[in-house]
Amino acid sequence: MDVELLEIRQHMSHFPPFDALSDELLDAIAENIEVRYFKTGSDILLLNEKVHELCYIRSGAVEVYRRQGELYNRLGEGDIFGHFSLLRDHRVRFPAKAIEDTLIYFIPEGIFQRLCEEDDHFADFVELERPRLESIAEDQKKSNDMMVTRIRKLLSRYPVMVDITTTVQEAAQQMSKAQASALLVLKRGADEPRYSFKDSEGETWQMYGIMTDTDFRTGVVAKGLDPSTPIEQVITPRLITVQSDVSIYEAMLIMLRNNVHHLPVLYRQRPVGVVHLSDIIRYETHSGLYLVSNIFNQSSVEGLARLAPDVRAAFVRMVQEGANSQMVGSALSTIGRSYTRRLLELAEESLGPPPVPYCYMVNGSMARNEQTIVTDQDNALVLSDAFDPEQHDDYFYQLAKFVSDGLDACGYTYCKGDVMATNTKWRQPLKVWKHYFHDWMTNPTPEKLLHSSIFFDLDSVYGEDVYIEELQDLIATQAPKSLLFLAALGRNALNRTPPLGVFRTFVMEQSGKHNNSINLKRRGTAPMVDLIRVHALACGSKAQNSFERLQAINNTQLLASGVSNKLSYALEFLCLSRIRHQMIDLQEERNPDNNIEPENVESHERHGLKDAFQVLSNAQKFLKFRYPMPANRQGRR
Amino acid sequence: MTQADWNAYMQQRAKVANDPEIARFCNTQLPAADTPIGEVPMVALDMETTGLDERSHAIVSIGMVPFTLDRIKLSERRYWVVKPPSLRPLSASSVTYHHITHSKIAHAPDLDEILAPMLEMLAGRLVVVHFRNIERPFLDAAVKARRGEGVLFPMIDTMSLEARLYRQSLWARFRRWVGRPPVSIRLNASRERYGLPVYQGHHALVDALATAELLQAQIATHYDANTPLRAFWC
Repeated sequence: MDVELLEIRQHMSHFPPFDALSDELLDAIAENIEVRYFKTGSDILLLNEKVHELCYIRSGAVEVYRRQGELYNRLGEGDIFGHFSLLRDHRVRFPAKAIEDTLIYFIPEGIFQRLCEEDDHFADFVELERPRLESIAEDQKKSNDMMVTRIRKLLSRYPVMVDITTTVQEAAQQMSKAQASALLVLKRGADEPRYSFKDSEGETWQMYGIMTDTDFRTGVVAKGLDPSTPIEQVITPRLITVQSDVSIYEAMLIMLRNNVHHLPVLYRQRPVGVVHLSDIIRYETHSGLYLVSNIFNQSSVEGLARLAPDVRAAFVRMVQEGANSQMVGSALSTIGRSYTRRLLELAEESLGPPPVPYCYMVNGSMARNEQTIVTDQDNALVLSDAFDPEQHDDYFYQLAKFVSDGLDACGYTYCKGDVMATNTKWRQPLKVWKHYFHDWMTNPTPEKLLHSSIFFDLDSVYGEDVYIEELQDLIATQAPKSLLFLAALGRNALNRTPPLGVFRTFVMEQSGKHNNSINLKRRGTAPMVDLIRVHALACGSKAQNSFERLQAINNTQLLASGVSNKLSYALEFLCLSRIRHQMIDLQEERNPDNNIEPENVESHERHGLKDAFQVLSNAQKFLKFRYPMPANRQGRR
Repeated sequence: MTQADWNAYMQQRAKVANDPEIARFCNTQLPAADTPIGEVPMVALDMETTGLDERSHAIVSIGMVPFTLDRIKLSERRYWVVKPPSLRPLSASSVTYHHITHSKIAHAPDLDEILAPMLEMLAGRLVVVHFRNIERPFLDAAVKARRGEGVLFPMIDTMSLEARLYRQSLWARFRRWVGRPPVSIRLNASRERYGLPVYQGHHALVDALATAELLQAQIATHYDANTPLRAFWC
């Protein structure tokens, strides 16, 4: 590769679909590129013009129009256009204009054809006119399926290394100083090519062996050797090593198979660290599974509250390992449910058994299995119809209060809207709940619609599950028929809109004048979830999770084909972005929130957000048409 | 020198040239002075040298990219590292500046060996540089040292265009009058004014590409494709 073209190559390699190309194909592109500058307002592609090149935006911004002149898309750095025409009749279908001073790299048709033939991913990207969002979300899933955490992740520092002529005393001192339980012993020269490497001064060394705490005990102290004995006389030249890219699982197997507790880790021939069995165990204990079992072992609210940092650690780790938003959401919801269950168990222990059967219901993100690390509590009690307020309510109030206070102590703050079982209104027998739900769907008022959007995401956490199932059945049967309710709920779902207005900031990130942050929940995931709920209710789905709801919607004719997939990708992207920024907040020891600052978003993510907001905005527009106000009602207004 | 001088000069040089390659170069017809710039074939040229004085320093690399207002053709780019004469060795500071090391140069050809393909690329195209007072005297001196006669030809200098636009305008004079420093007309600073991206500088080919893009931007912003060549060359 000519270094002179590195500049071009590197730029393209940051953007899909080029980011997945082989080096060879990237070289071929870079070598054949043609360049042209376009002043703001000038035409790049004219309608029906002949075109034989793919256009890549190196800098600037471009608007692409439909034949009728309406805006089709706005593109920025790293985007491509023109492929649509290249794959068809070489006539421009979507004219393009520079809306900023723009530098275009043109990729000749011959290279474009070669890319399509030799790279399936590239072909998919351009042929299916597959939105970038989708391909990003897919890639995330793919890398997740193959997810194997490499052993190098467990290395926190360089190994302690000494020359073989060092005395045992000095070696032991070095270990103590570094607080290491093992050291690597090196020898000059390269008799054993497998383990020889050059240090920073160009000196050739080879790894000879490893000395652990145990070796010092059994090989030196127990034998009464003199402290001035050189290491050479006590070390056994037996080496079991692993490469830094093997999975943690593999490394663990190697340790078990060879009955060793320390494993030198090499990058090629150079030692980069030593892993101890306890590192692996510590790593495992940060997993969600361990956390859940730990929650159930706690016997007090204080004990539960002490686990809060572990929840955060598990969250950070999952995100780092490339979990998708559904995995993170369901893991955190499972943890939240475990907290709730355990608190209920503790409450029953102290208050005695319940006087009548009940079900503890959760709502909102926990019911949808979409919790993040920033969350409050939404819960309610559905009591048996045998409930008598005079006799029993005191017990259930105490129970609700115990759980709610406990959740707050564990980081699930009180619900600002008072959607908690401590509120008398939300501590009612099943028949009252049925009446509520029926009433909300029959006579929607702004307040009732608000309640529906909270309580129609519902799930049982503890107690009589069947109560919740009855309520879910009721919704699923009545909602699809309640046209006024759906129309009103649809209107409500438009209250929060995506931040398309700051789109320009996204494109012109270089100027970076915009200091606004975007609340990704309020402007992104929440309106998306609202919108999906409307469709899910309309098709009588009992699913609670937004992705599962989209599946259910996809099985009906409610939305044009492909739309629910698009929504699913957009939601995944928005959720994941929000999760990722929360993880960054945690890592930088800030309080995690739902905000992102457009300036701090990488261009790759910026593009995805832009696309996702566009998908959301389009879907919101459609909502109004799909669920119109029933005529008779409209007349009356 | 005016446009008429350039055509006359090249014709006269063609007659007296002894070296056949130089004669062929001078004989190639230049575009006429009233040709619209949009129709002129051009080539961006950049050289890295060991210093600023053509009498004591030498050329170490040469980058060229042919282009028109419509397209910069990277596939036709040429790039050479050349060996400076032993009298004019690489200094340590120029090594760090250009990242061209002694070992790379040890196996490089002398400029004499690449002169033929170089002149072939330049012939019939208008040469575009950023700051002609390096490229013009260095090339002339280096050719003269090897073939006994130099080469001089018209150039478009994006730096002097930039100076004309941003240093000699009324606004620039006003700035100077109120004591503000003059705007920078170096390659990267100039590019920034037109929203062109930042490239890693000091590689002859990358700088040649950067110069070609700059000229496209200058013409798109301050002139148009119909402006005659005579407005640009010098």
